[in-house]
Amino acid sequence: MGTLVGSPQQEIAPREASVNRERLMNFGSYIRRNPALGFGLFIIILLLLIGIIGPLFVDTERSAPASVLPDQPPSREFPLGTDDQGRDLFAVVVVGLPLTMRVGFIAGIVGLGIGTILGFTAGYLGGMTDTIIRTLADVLLTVPGLVVLITFASTVKGTIGIGTMALIVASLAWMWPTRTIRSQVLSLRERGYVQLAKISGMSTPEIIFYELVPNLLPYLAGSFVGAVGSAVLASIGLEALGLGPQNEPTMGMTIYWAISFNALIRGLWWWWLTPIALLVLLFVGLMFISLGLDELANPRTRRTNS
Amino acid sequence: MRTRSIVKRVGLFFLVIWGAATVNFVIPRLSPSDPIRSRLSAMAVQSGFVQTGIEEMVKAYQAKFGLDQPLYVQYFRYLKDMFTFNFGYSLSLYPAQVLDLILNALPWTIGLLTMATLIAFLIGTITGALMAWPGVPQLFKSVASIFLTMSAIPYYLLGLMLLYLFGFVWKVLPLYGGYPAGTVPSVSLPFIGTIIRHSILPALSIVLAEMGFWAIGMRSMMVTTEGEDYMVFAEARGLRKRTIFSGYALRNAMLPQYTSLALSLGRIVSGSVLVEVIFAYPGIGTLLYTAIKGSDYFIIYGVVFMVILTLGVTTLLLDLLYPLLDPRIRQGA
Repeated sequence: MGTLVGSPQQEIAPREASVNRERLMNFGSYIRRNPALGFGLFIIILLLLIGIIGPLFVDTERSAPASVLPDQPPSREFPLGTDDQGRDLFAVVVVGLPLTMRVGFIAGIVGLGIGTILGFTAGYLGGMTDTIIRTLADVLLTVPGLVVLITFASTVKGTIGIGTMALIVASLAWMWPTRTIRSQVLSLRERGYVQLAKISGMSTPEIIFYELVPNLLPYLAGSFVGAVGSAVLASIGLEALGLGPQNEPTMGMTIYWAISFNALIRGLWWWWLTPIALLVLLFVGLMFISLGLDELANPRTRRTNS
Repeated sequence: MRTRSIVKRVGLFFLVIWGAATVNFVIPRLSPSDPIRSRLSAMAVQSGFVQTGIEEMVKAYQAKFGLDQPLYVQYFRYLKDMFTFNFGYSLSLYPAQVLDLILNALPWTIGLLTMATLIAFLIGTITGALMAWPGVPQLFKSVASIFLTMSAIPYYLLGLMLLYLFGFVWKVLPLYGGYPAGTVPSVSLPFIGTIIRHSILPALSIVLAEMGFWAIGMRSMMVTTEGEDYMVFAEARGLRKRTIFSGYALRNAMLPQYTSLALSLGRIVSGSVLVEVIFAYPGIGTLLYTAIKGSDYFIIYGVVFMVILTLGVTTLLLDLLYPLLDPRIRQGA
């Protein structure tokens, strides 16, 4: 993000700072024209802040089982209540929400990384390479993701950590980026300026990095948000089935514990309501960001937003 | 050309099924733990006595399941089993065959999900079409947009909230199960009534979450269709608004929706796993969940294979039937 104004820069290079300030203002006025993007970013930043500022207000050790009184409704001491196994749910949120977001983030990066490489290779090289990559992506897309992940996760059950979880989820997060990027590269490849670059003797990597990637940035960002969203969705799904990191208080695991201890019919609403509300916020935030990025990448859709 | 593309498509289908079966074969063998051994030790721990003969039992079971054979023999035997739907026995409900368990659960899942998907499709598509139509009141569009936001929420999270409100707080609908506990399923009018009562909440959570997906797709297709020349022409001919809407705009904008509908009908078996778990609905999802909890690997692999197979068959049929719906494809391919 080139929009953050660093104060040391201001002292050393005033001109740079004014450029940055101008960019920040441009960004601000752009957000005003694209409220969906601004709203989505606002929600996600808010959720990130919970993990950053939260530890100042609560002892994170209390997210472990048997550290506080069990089954307490929200009160002054436990603002979000405690669960059946003696976790302070406020501490669980402060520790677990960033973990859940991290799983999505890592899986999103891995998925987008693989997708970008494969998409560029397939789209730019074409021919046999394209056929193989495309068939592979198509075959895996027709396979129901959660079910394959269940096979993976149930095999390594019990030994899963946050990193493994992210990798398991990422293993099926690269097909959509591959497809979108490939089709974009196919259309960009034929544009005039790419042809011009080719004629003027630029090498293939140069063309990819100087001509194609900058023009694809909004699509890459969009694919990334999509990949993060589906990765979080998949990880929550696996965790709610009990196939997640057993010792980490992620949001999905919290829901799993709440379900397996019958929190619902015992009236312990605070146990499951908080993780669900936060996840709903997370998904809504991601949806608004991707709506906003859609408009950035493809201004023609503005017409539909009337 | 036409036959060639059909052959190609059928080939892809077998590739998917073979791939799925192979993944199912390879993954468990990559894991250091032996499912039979871990299952037997778990059973020994549960029953509370130290099983001295466990090594012999493992050997006996391995011979029974052919696990003492070389890997390639196991692989071919396994492929043959998969294609004849011989998934073996359940480890936790021993004499029960995996196939029977799956076949018992399947009607519940298919019934619930087909109804829910079709309802969501109808409501969502019509809402989406109206949202893109000029003469529709702004109030309708605003209310519909709120519902679209709900499509961002995973259906099982919606399900939990609905279950709490309707089942626990207001006590108007049953909390769990596909039929009242203690009754035996039968085909009679009152019993069908209770089945419907039990399926309202799970179905509602799927409908609410999926509706937005259909509406968004339909809205953008309607916008594209409205720009087409034949729409201008229809208007110039002085056709009634209603005729243009249903006969010209809707019918053309619907085509991609059919594709998605067939795809999501194919996803039925897998899509319901978490909803079924939350509502303890006696379908495939709950079967899978209990199997995971009890490390009943043969059920897990059987369900996974069946799910991939149903999805593969649906997409295959869809691709073969699609030219009938959209004549343009016939020439194009």
